[in-house]
Amino acid sequence: MTDTYDCAVVGGGLVGGAIAWGLARQGAKVALLDEGDIAFRAARGNFGLVWVQGKGADMPAYAQWTLRSSELWPELSGAMAEASGADVALRQTGGIVFCLSDAELQRRADLVERMHNESGNIGTRMLDRAELRAMVPRIGDAVVGGAYCPRDGHANPLVTLRALQQALLALGGAYLPNRSVDRIDAAPHDFTLHCGGETIRAGKVVIAAGLGSARLAPMVGLDMPVKPLRGQIMVTERMSPFLDYATHTVRQTAEGSVMLGDSHEDVGLDISTSANVMQEIASRNIKAFPHLADATVVRVWAALRVMTPDGHPIYEQSQRFPGAFSATCHSGVTLAGAHALALAPAILAGSLPAFFDSFSPRRFHAQAN
Amino acid sequence: MLKRIDPAQATLRLMFEGQPLAACPGDTVAAALLAGEVGAFRTTPVSGAPRAAYCMMGVCFECLVEIDGVPNRQACLTEAVDGMQIRRQIGARGAA
Repeated sequence: MTDTYDCAVVGGGLVGGAIAWGLARQGAKVALLDEGDIAFRAARGNFGLVWVQGKGADMPAYAQWTLRSSELWPELSGAMAEASGADVALRQTGGIVFCLSDAELQRRADLVERMHNESGNIGTRMLDRAELRAMVPRIGDAVVGGAYCPRDGHANPLVTLRALQQALLALGGAYLPNRSVDRIDAAPHDFTLHCGGETIRAGKVVIAAGLGSARLAPMVGLDMPVKPLRGQIMVTERMSPFLDYATHTVRQTAEGSVMLGDSHEDVGLDISTSANVMQEIASRNIKAFPHLADATVVRVWAALRVMTPDGHPIYEQSQRFPGAFSATCHSGVTLAGAHALALAPAILAGSLPAFFDSFSPRRFHAQAN
Repeated sequence: MLKRIDPAQATLRLMFEGQPLAACPGDTVAAALLAGEVGAFRTTPVSGAPRAAYCMMGVCFECLVEIDGVPNRQACLTEAVDGMQIRRQIGARGAA
């Protein structure tokens, strides 16, 4: 037996979940295929930033897209509360990059100025130590200054993921777990997905399968050259609130836990943790917040970012098999607002506006001269 | 509730919220608190709800108490020691 849908979204993470809900919200009959616990679920291991500053240096379209997503996040958050009763704990309080040396501070100032020139002024400004201290009194002596962007924020990524799935179900969409897609038979606007003995047919297919996208994309005439980049995270016991702002290395959740991270390791499909990286993460964050030195760590984990060659997202419609779309990025939380409320309607309309041209993977094949 | 098989073996003296509490050598702090029927071990950081030991194997973090001035200790993973000063963990530990 074959179930037929308007749209099949392959990938049950934050990217696929946001797009699937966004499609269903516009009235489409949607199937969301989730591989299962054998997958390298980036959406189960991420940090939870809705982060704008510094995104899209060298690619103004990405900077604009990120900014747009941060602007759409409150609407997404409200829709999730309405559809599922879930509080995704969105706090767009602004975000800070702490700099621990004058060299770091100068590099960050250069980046802020460059992005201001390339992509417009989004309010990011450099702060000296005294200004930072007035905002975050607990910073350590090693913090010489930082960059503050009022657009940044954070949210609970696990609640967001669950809320997207519940909201999809509430709209009559199908969430199909343990569906590993073996093969896709493609024709323009007609796709048959084979999952074990089961087949699912849809007029549109969206490949949002994280690291699995590299294998699936060519089946529908798409190109998604993604690779893993490991990040390790540690989480402390719950502490009294001391940090309301988002930062790229440390954030305090609504419940008081402190998440520490921002490591980058090219180690293939390996989700083990390592003492030396945890030590680096702890060491840097203790410099930023000395009182974390005696905080008890209650959990650690590693997860794999889904990275394109330049780190920017890929969105494209297949030329060979129209109706097939690609969507991948390493910022599933940040971009959830845009994926649900801007990308999904374009996919349903059947064509991506010219704005998305910059996100085509053709950029990886351009001649150098 | 919980009764000791042989109360005479409870030779250790702990202090819980300033009151003496007996424990057997080898007891965890959580076992001693349960046997002493102290009620709630802690209140939660989010809603302030009262909680006590649940899993007794280090997983659920419901049994958090302050031991000898150190906050958020897992009572079920800490062996009772004569003279230990134990207090309820009220909400989140301070950021101090």
